[in-house]
Amino acid sequence: MTSLLLQRVRTPRWAGWLLLAAGALLALWLPNGLYPAVAVDMLCWALFAVAIDLLLGYGGLLSFGHAAFWGTSAYTAGLIAAHLGVPFPVAVLGGALAAAALAAPIGYLAVKRSGIYFAMVTLAFAQLVYFVANGWSSVTGGENGLQSVPRELFGLDLSDPYYFYYAALPMAALGLLLAWRIVHSPFGRVLVAIRDNPARARALGYPAHRYKLLAFVLSAFVAGLGGGLFAVAHGFVSLDVVHWTTSGKGVVLVVLGGIGTLWGGVVGAALVVNLEDQLSQAGFTLIGLVTGGIFVLVVLLFRRGLWGSAVALLRRYSRL
Amino acid sequence: MGFLTQTFNGLVGGSFYALLALGLAVIFGMLRVVNFAHGAFYMLGAFGAYVLLAEAGISFWWALLAVPVVLGLLGILLERTLIRRLSALDPLYNFLLTFGLTLMLQDVVKSRYGSQSNPYGAPAGLRGTVDLGLFDFPAYRVFVFGVAVLLCVGVWWLLTRTRVGTVVRAATERPELTRALGIDVGRWIAPVFGFGVALAALAGVLAAPMRAVNPLMGADLIIGVFAVVVIGGLGSVFGSVAAGFGIGLLQAWSEAYGPGLLAQTLIFLVMALVLLFRPAGLFGREELPT
Repeated sequence: MTSLLLQRVRTPRWAGWLLLAAGALLALWLPNGLYPAVAVDMLCWALFAVAIDLLLGYGGLLSFGHAAFWGTSAYTAGLIAAHLGVPFPVAVLGGALAAAALAAPIGYLAVKRSGIYFAMVTLAFAQLVYFVANGWSSVTGGENGLQSVPRELFGLDLSDPYYFYYAALPMAALGLLLAWRIVHSPFGRVLVAIRDNPARARALGYPAHRYKLLAFVLSAFVAGLGGGLFAVAHGFVSLDVVHWTTSGKGVVLVVLGGIGTLWGGVVGAALVVNLEDQLSQAGFTLIGLVTGGIFVLVVLLFRRGLWGSAVALLRRYSRL
Repeated sequence: MGFLTQTFNGLVGGSFYALLALGLAVIFGMLRVVNFAHGAFYMLGAFGAYVLLAEAGISFWWALLAVPVVLGLLGILLERTLIRRLSALDPLYNFLLTFGLTLMLQDVVKSRYGSQSNPYGAPAGLRGTVDLGLFDFPAYRVFVFGVAVLLCVGVWWLLTRTRVGTVVRAATERPELTRALGIDVGRWIAPVFGFGVALAALAGVLAAPMRAVNPLMGADLIIGVFAVVVIGGLGSVFGSVAAGFGIGLLQAWSEAYGPGLLAQTLIFLVMALVLLFRPAGLFGREELPT
């Protein structure tokens, strides 16, 4: 089967730094328009989207079950923060590690299939995690969720989301840098080679399954950073974090931003989170109509996504 | 409840898995598209029956006939207008497209009818129970199982004993060769898609008197059906149907004799086992190297 999923878009090296600068600028602009709580959400979802694109854009594997890792980390980080009283970055890191640990067995089974099967299998495993989270209510709170997750950081008062944005930004930046590092490492190059031509990569001696599995675990870790941060930012964890709609939302961020662009997911997250906030303030509750509509439009008309199209345009004009 | 009653319950539950997996497998065979919206069409089928009765007084029997036809035509339209545009690309694009459509359809129904469950009574004549010799069983459930078996056998007959079926099977296995033999494969793509959608809609109408009619009923079911077709092997129509009934049985038994969580998660645990020992599915063939 020919993989036409990815038109190659090579993002210039400085683009990521531009994005970081944008994040910092966003922070400066915060008092003037954007709600800080929304900005924190953008960071979390950006991590989630970049994690999914790490796997989809570079490994050619569409995970439709990343809510399992986002949610597992959210619950774990929430429990650690609530019961151990450690600084919140430690709790988030613990959550991300738990997500990575869960990704190992799921990934081991899922990478046995590729293409569309991989999407179905990950979706199904995420549903398993959902039922466990729902049923194991003594730990997760079931349908009531996990209440009162504290935001502890060396006794600083982070109750104002404006300050919490600054506390969360370095963590998000580290997660994004990690993803960037993975993609631009020898490991990332091999991953792309396996995506483009698995048979040749195997013939060259690269164990394709093991590479895919490692990519899956790393992706779950980055997604977990987002999920853990999300739990701390909101102060509670609801069952939604492991629902399949959360997986779908993560994928739409990537598709809108541009598959295989890595930073596209950040742009997608910024746009969609902001849009959802505006809509919910306007009293519009049919979020699925919007998310679904974005899916349909982008897939039909705009397959490179925003970042991919922008980079392609930039390249075309710089060549002229 | 006795073991036999549970077993029959399992076959009835499995009927829905089998019908949905059947449509999914037929569509996948012909188009290489995994139709995420399959669950949404099942949901629309159930809502179709509910709306026809509540707002026009049209009975179950007419709904059973009309709803699959209407939704099947809608499926043909969908294939012609949207899915066809992406057919030359990676199949994941159509998966994403149909996922987006699912979210939209769900919200449209939710905005009109809310997310609570709507009651729909069993049709007159199928209320009460029938004596199956060893035990009494609700008549409507016997009817559902009978229809499902009839449809599965009917599709098997269509695929193996008719010219259309031969074309579809040939196009499934060797699309290029079939074209080279002068058969217009493209002509059959939209009808096959519409047929698969009609099967999902019919399953939805059948589900209306048994299960809660609500906007999310399809999405919850379709994820289980994905696991079923991974277990059976999506390329295999027979495997998908067999896995559907098999999973229905296991689920009914575990519901009766095991802890509650097991019945909910069983389908995914079985999928994990199948992936571990037979990644291509119980009745599937190894994927061609990509």
